[in-house]
Amino acid sequence: MSFQPVKFYQTGTFTVGNRLLAPEERSVQSSPRRFNSLNSGHRACQGCGEALGARYAIDAAMEAAHGQLIAANATGCLEVFSTPYPETSWQIPWVHSLFGNAAAVATGVAAALKVKGRKEVRVVAQGGDGGTTDIGFGCLSGMFERNDDVLYICYDNGGYMNTGVQRSSATPPAARTATTMAVGDEPGNPFGQGKFVPAIAMAHDIPYVATATVADLRDLEAKVGRAMEIHGARYIHILVPCPLGWGTASNETIKMARLAKETGIFPVFAAENGVVTEVLKIRHRLPVEEYLKPQKRYAHLFGKQPRVDVIARLQALADRNIKKYGLLDGGAN
Amino acid sequence: MDKPFAITLDPGSSLANHTGSWRTVKPVYVDRLPPCNATCPAGENIQGWLFHAESGDYEKAWRVLTENNPLPAIMGRVCYHPCEGACNRQHVDAAVGINSVERFLGDEAIKRGWKFEKPAAKSGKRVLVVGAGPSGLSAAYHLARLGHAVEIHEAGPFAGGMMRFGIPKYRLPREVLEAEVARILELGVVLKLDAKVADIRATMTAGGFDAAFLAVGAHIGKRAYIPAGDATKIVDAVSVLRSMEGEDKPLLGRRVVIYGGGNTAIDVARTAKRLGAEESIIVYRRTREKMPAHDFEVEEALQEGVMVKWLSTIKQAGEGEITIEKMALDEKGFPQPTGEFETLAADSVVLALGQDVDLSLLDGVPGLEIKDGVVQVAPNMMTGHAGIFAGGDMVPSERTVTVAVGHGKKAARHIDGWLRGEAYAPAPKHELAGIEKLNPWYYSEAPHTVRPTLDIIRRQSTFDEVQGGLDESNAQFEARRCLSCGNCFECDNCYGVCPDNAVIKLGPGKRFAFNYDYCKGCGVCVAECPCGAIKMVPEEI
Repeated sequence: MSFQPVKFYQTGTFTVGNRLLAPEERSVQSSPRRFNSLNSGHRACQGCGEALGARYAIDAAMEAAHGQLIAANATGCLEVFSTPYPETSWQIPWVHSLFGNAAAVATGVAAALKVKGRKEVRVVAQGGDGGTTDIGFGCLSGMFERNDDVLYICYDNGGYMNTGVQRSSATPPAARTATTMAVGDEPGNPFGQGKFVPAIAMAHDIPYVATATVADLRDLEAKVGRAMEIHGARYIHILVPCPLGWGTASNETIKMARLAKETGIFPVFAAENGVVTEVLKIRHRLPVEEYLKPQKRYAHLFGKQPRVDVIARLQALADRNIKKYGLLDGGAN
Repeated sequence: MDKPFAITLDPGSSLANHTGSWRTVKPVYVDRLPPCNATCPAGENIQGWLFHAESGDYEKAWRVLTENNPLPAIMGRVCYHPCEGACNRQHVDAAVGINSVERFLGDEAIKRGWKFEKPAAKSGKRVLVVGAGPSGLSAAYHLARLGHAVEIHEAGPFAGGMMRFGIPKYRLPREVLEAEVARILELGVVLKLDAKVADIRATMTAGGFDAAFLAVGAHIGKRAYIPAGDATKIVDAVSVLRSMEGEDKPLLGRRVVIYGGGNTAIDVARTAKRLGAEESIIVYRRTREKMPAHDFEVEEALQEGVMVKWLSTIKQAGEGEITIEKMALDEKGFPQPTGEFETLAADSVVLALGQDVDLSLLDGVPGLEIKDGVVQVAPNMMTGHAGIFAGGDMVPSERTVTVAVGHGKKAARHIDGWLRGEAYAPAPKHELAGIEKLNPWYYSEAPHTVRPTLDIIRRQSTFDEVQGGLDESNAQFEARRCLSCGNCFECDNCYGVCPDNAVIKLGPGKRFAFNYDYCKGCGVCVAECPCGAIKMVPEEI
């Protein structure tokens, strides 16, 4: 396991920094000299999880690559809010082409660097869940199967948010979106649809696949660091709550990510060469209601007659994750 | 124009876009009042000194602690630590062992010989302190640090007051008391022993004092009428405990009955046991829940073999035995006689029914108000007579060492203001940092450290200290259990969790600042601040 949590020291490694830790034990984000790869002035909504996740991940990648990093970006919130012409929030070389070809563009950049012998320059591709799990999926799968030397980072907020909250293949069951209204017997996004791309990435037997959330910074940074130690196709899937699309208060972004992990809704793990190698354990297990209730996209489950049947199906999905990934074994982490 | 096709503008930075204009509420850093500090009768900045103990800077911790209380080694032994009862950590696992860390710091200071800093300038004023108990010593210390010349007149042969003549050695070893008193005297405080003040105004005039602080304590044991034969030995608790300090230990016999339910009753019962009594029985008229004595002391006494007759009063004392009457609580919780009697073997009866104040030194002082046997004081601790202040057990309040120390500090600050001709105005209190202001998720799991306790056999026969101290490693562990309620401890969370990089890290010890040019007012920093040191306030629009 690449990340060794500090057990006590007041807040241990739960907080971003900790004055009681030695400087080398602190997070990249706690440093006054962090890169701020995604700079202030971007136009993301208040409390945007994706802006936060992108800075966490790209700063960590920049640290690992000693500042030698090129990013290819899919169309989506991240691209729109960071680069309205002629401004850019990116303090790294950054290229945007189309919605669906970020993985292919990154592959091309990596190939060009190889030809030029620029071994020190590393390549990341990034996009939201729409650009990754739907529109860019063909290019992504190709990048995986060719084992191209690219780290692909997906920021999963469960829908097409900047265009008005439409459903993607990463939208969770029962969630209301503009295209899956809360009407009928099975309101919201249908059960049994969608896909969990980390599992598909693992099925490609690529060197490294991991999931993370913006609520566990130290885990996220360690995973990016581990991915950057490896050459070949790597995939990190980060859960980034969206106050707009989820209907949560802007100050609840990290809380929602934490609840997703603590309920088992979102399993946090890492896999190398297709095999799960580490799991971030649940610290205080909670029922899924704790996660669902603050979100307006699930408000239809908590009306005058609560849809206990639907909640039970969501709880069953969480329980399945807990069992499948062993999220409870070994006690608190 | 050397630009690519269809490009007319140079690339610009998003820093030109001041997203702070979106904001309707803004975060501000605050210092809230931790519940421990709010509860401390001596007004200690507990969170403040634990902060330094956390990083291992024990001397700095001790210096912050002694800004408010000069007696940490004593406090760490005899204080009933209401701070721990208020500690927010009890909602997470168990309260921080503040008292044990305080004792560690106090003992460390004695071991390492840390001294108080002397005042920079002398005020030229002379203040008389009457009584060298906790209140008088505390006042003398604070007045001396404020530059005044202080003289303590103590009626007894030693300094310490009730800390010496009321608290048994097994709770407060005398060398600890002496070390902390000596350190106060090193500030230049003059201590006159066996110097009972008979007339306060005469003493003030004779010594040329500009003000006086009275803290003579309550040393006269209250009596109760018990019909008794000549052969029965009836003594009061204060005399018993006082004579423990002399050459001749009190002779209480093999079977000792203690009448009362306060901490003094417990102290006498445990002392009697250590003096060799086979039976040490407390007779108390109400139940354990109603007992004013602190529960942990009752528990320790019971462990040592002290027995208690609950719901009982002494009716009569005869030769070698006493008659007690059973009581029953009425619906209001008051004990009522039942008419049922029993006899109890007793060689002596010790009355621990509370104490009165000897107010004879105030005879003839105009303007004083005395009610219920204690001197009434204004909120600034001044009596009705200008320039004479009073505190400790002789004024209306809870009678504990810590309250007395708090009185001494408060009085010293008001005396200082009064001497300079301006009223001392304490800084306004911050808003309380209740548990609902915190985000306890971020604190690591850490169980409470238990202090070592002397084994039971030695507790029954010797006056060795019952409760042990922590060593450095576990004292620091305990200090680090502090949640730092309401006060930034530089965990970098706000700096890390801001999606807009709108928090500026100012460096170690300097905390953080907001960059309001870019802060959108999302409030994530407030929600994720572990200790509740940020709050949202409406933006002026």
